[in-house]
Amino acid sequence: MMRRVVLILVPYLWLLALFLVPFAIVLKISLSDIELSIPPYTPQLDLSEGWEGIKAFFAALDFENFVFLTEDDLYWKAYLSSLQIAVISTVLTLLVGYPMAYAMARAPNHWRPTLLMLVILPFWTSFLIRVYSWMGILSTEGYLNQLLLSLGLISEPLLILNTNVAVYIGIIYTYLPFMILPIYSALERMDDSLLEAAEDLGCSRLTAFWLVTLPLSKNGIIAGCFLVFIPVMGEFVIPSLLGGSQTLMIGKVLFEEFFNNLDWPVASAVAVILLLILIIPIVLFQRNQQKTREAER
Amino acid sequence: MPETKFAPWTDPNEKPLIQFRNVTKRFGTFTAIDDQSFDIYAKEFFALLGPSGCGKTTMMRMLAGFETPTEGTILLGGRDIAPIPPNKREVNMMFQSYALFPHLSVRDNIAFGLKRDKLPADRIAARVDEMLKLTRLEKFASRKPHQISGGQRQRVALARSLAKGPKLLLLDEPLGALDAKLRQDTQFELMDIQEKTGTTFVIVTHDQEEAMTVASRVAVMDDGRIVQIATPDEIYEAPNSAYVADFIGDVTLFSGTAMNRAPEAEPIQETAEAGTEAAPEEAENPETETVDTPKAVTDIGVPVEPEAPISGEPDAPEPARAEPAPAAAPAKAARGPQPNRMGLWLHDKLWAKVFGPRTDIVRQLPPPSDAERTLKSAETEPVSAETSRAPGGGITIDWAEGQPPLIALDGPEVKDGQQVQLALRPEKVGISKTKPDAVNALKGKVIDIAYLGNLSTYHVELENGMMIKAQLANTRRISRRDITWEDEVWVSWTGTAGVVLTS
Ligand SMILES: Nc1ncnc2c1ncn2[C@@H]1O[C@H](COP(=O)(O)OP(=O)(O)OP(=O)(O)O)[C@@H](O)[C@H]1O
Ligand SMILES: [Mg+2]
Repeated sequence: MMRRVVLILVPYLWLLALFLVPFAIVLKISLSDIELSIPPYTPQLDLSEGWEGIKAFFAALDFENFVFLTEDDLYWKAYLSSLQIAVISTVLTLLVGYPMAYAMARAPNHWRPTLLMLVILPFWTSFLIRVYSWMGILSTEGYLNQLLLSLGLISEPLLILNTNVAVYIGIIYTYLPFMILPIYSALERMDDSLLEAAEDLGCSRLTAFWLVTLPLSKNGIIAGCFLVFIPVMGEFVIPSLLGGSQTLMIGKVLFEEFFNNLDWPVASAVAVILLLILIIPIVLFQRNQQKTREAER
Repeated sequence: MPETKFAPWTDPNEKPLIQFRNVTKRFGTFTAIDDQSFDIYAKEFFALLGPSGCGKTTMMRMLAGFETPTEGTILLGGRDIAPIPPNKREVNMMFQSYALFPHLSVRDNIAFGLKRDKLPADRIAARVDEMLKLTRLEKFASRKPHQISGGQRQRVALARSLAKGPKLLLLDEPLGALDAKLRQDTQFELMDIQEKTGTTFVIVTHDQEEAMTVASRVAVMDDGRIVQIATPDEIYEAPNSAYVADFIGDVTLFSGTAMNRAPEAEPIQETAEAGTEAAPEEAENPETETVDTPKAVTDIGVPVEPEAPISGEPDAPEPARAEPAPAAAPAKAARGPQPNRMGLWLHDKLWAKVFGPRTDIVRQLPPPSDAERTLKSAETEPVSAETSRAPGGGITIDWAEGQPPLIALDGPEVKDGQQVQLALRPEKVGISKTKPDAVNALKGKVIDIAYLGNLSTYHVELENGMMIKAQLANTRRISRRDITWEDEVWVSWTGTAGVVLTS
């Protein structure tokens, strides 16, 4: 009995400490007002005044910041633009990642660990360094333009850095492993004799792929898409470093509110809304994972 | 089976459906199929039998188109099938691993092949229903493969391969996971389908009984080669090698030196009550002194010319002659009374988890009580061994020092002194308490009795230590049985009961 209580308690405590408490703090700040002080918002909870202090604290909270978000169209445009970028880059990552995962799963057995290693290898260097190096590649004087110019393929340097194209390149590059790994694991589990059976029953290679391989990797595809979509929605490093002024993403807005405007309450409100938006895909992702586990049983 | 005997392989004008022409298949340096040529005729039920890893599945996969022969050609209806991809072949295969589509329901699995043919939906539905009914899966039609039992999965795989009604159907161990009753029903269904549709079946099985039941011909394989192709009864009654005899059914093998007997038959006098195992040559052999019935020898008026040269030879000392048998024989006999090791293994490791233990597991009789021992039998009827008359001809086999040579009246031509083996099925061996009036009779002691329900197999240790199996139908209740453990008994068989093997 005691053991079961402890077993159940541990994950809940974990959730409480690492998600609910921070979220409560952010929520509290989002209901506060901006003020020039340290920390830069009011009211502050003053427990030394006891019950009165708590009452005064709650009386000062309001939804001002959330109303503000709806008034300035910058915010909902940023949400929409983030959504658009996240959807497009998820699709692009899938298009790049699926063939790679497929090739890995079809590779001879002794090659697979090496290929898997190559996919994971980039994680061993700092994410920031890798994004910076893309700046070096994509800038007007960068390696890509130098190469293309020297090959005579272009006469004017291409303008890639500080555009949405650079953002997409950066996102696909960064999130590709998250797409490849779940798809690979689904494909690798698949029994080759299924394809033989499909061919035996009259399928061409292509229809066999369409009718057997694709459906059987569906859960991997879904998992990969969520693993890319969810973090890209709130991404701010890539759009800040590779994107231009016209690249609007909610992560970037949040960053600017927080560090440039020092408007913690508005930044927190942006974060709360972002989380509410992401809850839907997160729940869907969890459900997909559960279904995968059940199917494996 | 049709009225007229179905045997296209005997008809030189008959065109085979499948022809293997010097087919070799190698995986890297490993040779899985070694230069095989054979034919399979239309409407045959061709069974491949052999130990694990001997190349049965590889053979099937070449027919289905998943492997191409490294050398040689396979012709289907006279055409080389190498360039035809699997999906264009009129061949369907039931996979050993079933290969059911896990994302599709039972119904959709069965319909899969039909849908590829772009048949109208109602035709597909009708055909699928037919298959579901045949394999008794109606109740599970909407379940996914992981929601049904192993045996049910096997039936889905079978139904799926049958659905398209192909010209050639390849079944890789199609019935292994089914219980005895359902397996028998399905076997008859398969034969029925075969008769109705004229489909040619190639079936892999570990169950020799199944091969015997359904097959028109059986191919026994070993290590990438077909050792013998013949009808089930030929394979059983006339195996061409010790390997086949040992693989198909239970057998006792005697190794020894063959000697031709005098050709003409001569009736034996009535005095031969003491048994005709006292073959003529014993008269010449000094070693036969140990035989219990030296008198009988002198009574037999059989000419002795054939063995004369040998016995006259100075280099025919007893050790040399006795040497092969005792060394090889006990090893053979040491095995338990398990007719099919592969089948047992497969069952115990896999199917038992799904279907529970085998029903025909060999049970041991309880050891006899003292009362039973004393009660032993007034009426000891000598079993079988229909005649004591050993007509002339055939051969004698010298198989062990101090033991009478064995007589085999039919068999292949052998040279005097050639090493041969005599394969003896337990059901052809009689057992009795008194010395029977039989061509071959040996004395021994009952070591073990395996009770198989309708039959009992007696494991008898001969005087030289070799084990021989004798089988009796259990017509009497156990308690009344008169032969029990440790009994001195005689095992006997006729001159035509054994099969002489030269390889
Ligand atoms: N793709 C392959 N690569 C290498 N060796 C193989 C391959 N396929 C089969 N073999 C080998 O060829 C031999 C024959 O295999 P096969 O599958 O035909 O055996 P089988 O007679 O069907 O055995 P079982 O009764 O266990 O199913 C085996 O020794 C196997 O290891
Ligand atoms: Mg096999």
